[in-house]
Amino acid sequence: MSRSRSDIFLIWALRCCAAIAGAIVLLIGAFLVIESMPALQHVGITRFFTDASWHPSADASQGTFNLAPMLWGTLLAMSGSVLLATPLGIGSAVFCHYYAPSSIAKFYRRLIELLAGIPSVVYGFWGLVVLVPLIRQLQPPGPSLLAGIIILTIMILPTVALMADAALTNVPAQYLRGAAALGLSRWGTIRGVVFPAAKSGIITGVILQTGRAIGETMAILMVCGNVVQTPSRIFDPIRTLTANIALEMAYAGGDHRSALFVSGLILLALIVVLVSAAEVHSKGRIYG
Amino acid sequence: MKLTPIKMAIVSLLIMGTIGACSKSDSSEKKLVLTGSSTVAPLAVEIGKRFESLHPGVRVNVQTGGSSRGIADTRSGLADIGMASRSLKDSEKGLQAFAIARDGICIILHKANIVSTLSDEQVVAIYTGAIKNWKHVGGPDAPITVVNKAEGRATLELFLHYFAIKNTDIHPDVVIGDNEQGIKTVAGNPDAIGYVSIGTAEYDETHGIPIKLLPVNGVAATLENLSNGSFPLSRPLNLLTKTTPTGLAKEFIEFARSKQVHDIVKEQYFVPLAK
Repeated sequence: MSRSRSDIFLIWALRCCAAIAGAIVLLIGAFLVIESMPALQHVGITRFFTDASWHPSADASQGTFNLAPMLWGTLLAMSGSVLLATPLGIGSAVFCHYYAPSSIAKFYRRLIELLAGIPSVVYGFWGLVVLVPLIRQLQPPGPSLLAGIIILTIMILPTVALMADAALTNVPAQYLRGAAALGLSRWGTIRGVVFPAAKSGIITGVILQTGRAIGETMAILMVCGNVVQTPSRIFDPIRTLTANIALEMAYAGGDHRSALFVSGLILLALIVVLVSAAEVHSKGRIYG
Repeated sequence: MKLTPIKMAIVSLLIMGTIGACSKSDSSEKKLVLTGSSTVAPLAVEIGKRFESLHPGVRVNVQTGGSSRGIADTRSGLADIGMASRSLKDSEKGLQAFAIARDGICIILHKANIVSTLSDEQVVAIYTGAIKNWKHVGGPDAPITVVNKAEGRATLELFLHYFAIKNTDIHPDVVIGDNEQGIKTVAGNPDAIGYVSIGTAEYDETHGIPIKLLPVNGVAATLENLSNGSFPLSRPLNLLTKTTPTGLAKEFIEFARSKQVHDIVKEQYFVPLAK
């Protein structure tokens, strides 16, 4: 088969598209590093984890730059919500596929899609006026890690539910017929045949939702209280790295501004670790 | 897969069009860029609209980002005019500041809280953590939820300056960004104390939000007291320029300081400067 002119053109067009997509990530990474440089030089990496507190507006000499509590905040909010949303999401997909009557399943799927489409600021607003006062009655002050975890769970639930749903749809029908021929129960089929076959799709969903949980800003900013501290209880207010950037970026200058880019750099590093861990765990075949 | 050269040309044009679309600009109209304080911005937008209607062909572009950004952008020339909701610090004295209105900061509590006044000392004690329960200041037996502003906000700086406390001494329960978030937080928590712009607080209070404005140093937090200069916790809203303003910037600043915009200033719950 000889390559026609248009084929060569297409190949180059596609290569350009791929190069642009790749270059954007690298450029953002480089930009973050360049903008973080002043803070990394003036403050030094260790002070971002050992300083007494986070009061950066007085510049490198007098300010304090401890980002560790916010790193904990991000990690705790993320792991809490992922732990809650993953079983809920997979459960809802299994229900939708194998247990719900088809009319309900169809309606239910639209509902989940709608949930995925609600803007995060709406969740945040709801959290601020409904959820936070409720938690306050339980245990003051109200804005807390718990509120953040609940809001994040609701927000990332549709991602994993829809991804798991798609993965279940892609399980070949002959697997199911084979399982039926063997006389497996419905739950036996799901556990022994469907889950192993749909594993990669489900894991992709979990990775995507974890990424969203790390990156979510607006809703978290509104319900978490934004106090820079390492939480000792689930009712303590926290600040995440993303909320830190959103709260202070507009008002920051000098080393303070640069330190916020360090927050961004840490977030990027977190995502890199997450994706690599997923790659290693699935032996490089997440998407295959 | 077969693609005719014509189709390929269309696809590549589309790709190039997407990339190139962002760089288009219209040079026929004159543009005035204002950036800075989120407190001044809504006012500047309204003044800008009236200015545009009086000067056809002029576009006034207002972007928020805080007083510090307004100062930085004015210095670097990114903005024609900066907006700052505070007086200039000594290190910023190189810029020219033109006050267009005044704003005050007041302490707010939930409407259900029986405490109706707090002395300056009590406010300081609450914010520094010396008083942690409402019963010590004549209120119910409930822990106080201290609402503070995020680092770098002009409201925080004015609050710290007036009460002579350092931000490192404050142990907040909630840290908020803008005024509205502060009011929602206090309105949702009967044990909370916070501080926000009087204009926003008075507007929300009269529109059914369950908050109340506390007097500062015995002076009631009203726009009237702000206007006659008796309210202590207040700040000027400034327009900034790098050098003595000329041309369009000069016209805009003069317009923003003139009587023609006093109704706009009052609509935004600020106080016009007596001239």
